[in-house]
Amino acid sequence: MGTIQILFYFLSALAIFSAIMVLLSRNPVHSVLWLIAVFFAISGHYVLLNAQFLAIVNLIVYAGAIMVLFLFVIMLMNLNAETEPRKHIWMKLAGVVSGGCLLMMLISLVRQAVEMGGKKAMMAEGNIGLIKNLGHALFSDYVVPFEITSVLFLSAMVGAVVIGKK
Amino acid sequence: MPIQYYIFLCLTLFCIGIVGVLTRRNAIIVFMCIELMLNAVNLLLVAFSKMHHAASVGNNPATTAGIEGQLFVFFIMVVAAAEVSVGLAIIVMMYRNTHSVDINFLNRLKN
Repeated sequence: MGTIQILFYFLSALAIFSAIMVLLSRNPVHSVLWLIAVFFAISGHYVLLNAQFLAIVNLIVYAGAIMVLFLFVIMLMNLNAETEPRKHIWMKLAGVVSGGCLLMMLISLVRQAVEMGGKKAMMAEGNIGLIKNLGHALFSDYVVPFEITSVLFLSAMVGAVVIGKK
Repeated sequence: MPIQYYIFLCLTLFCIGIVGVLTRRNAIIVFMCIELMLNAVNLLLVAFSKMHHAASVGNNPATTAGIEGQLFVFFIMVVAAAEVSVGLAIIVMMYRNTHSVDINFLNRLKN
């Protein structure tokens, strides 16, 4: 087993364990911290796939900005383990069973797909994830969606301010 | 890495997000689980983009095939950031009205 395989399994185990801990933590602040661990693991996967730009953007935008926003709101509301609303145990069991059924069904579906056999994702090489190539494609072929995104951001900002001021 | 491994990993993360949405009642945790599902989809898009690139780089070493997948991930991140800002504003407004983030309070919408 090479270094890439070991890193893949380690990052996958870290991501899944942290994602489960997001659900199991009573305290919302702990949930946010575990979710940051998930985002770090996913950024590690991006580095492994040589998508360096997305790895950095994932860290800056998700782990940096969005999660700080979540933490800010949770601390503003003073949520903790005692005020955490709980569902009935049967509702939780039903949710877990239905999610597990969906997972089993999707996995058996993928295992039966013959077109997927033998396909490999290119690891640690290939230069499409570098910022030069991505920026070139973004500002030549995808410049109109990029500009529309700025309008979306402006409207989201106005919406957040209007909702927050009421 | 075979692409199936990435598909299994992303399906697992996605289903953990679904279980979180179904089992938790705190609106902020539900929102975080939606972010988890978005991230699983992002990882799968990048893996598929590298799979497509690996399939077409043999014919032409300078090709940029598969770059669209990574651009879509970039746009998904942008939309997710906008969504989070509006969604958290809505949750804060709901907290100010009901002094709780329990989503079961919202079932009064159906009457």
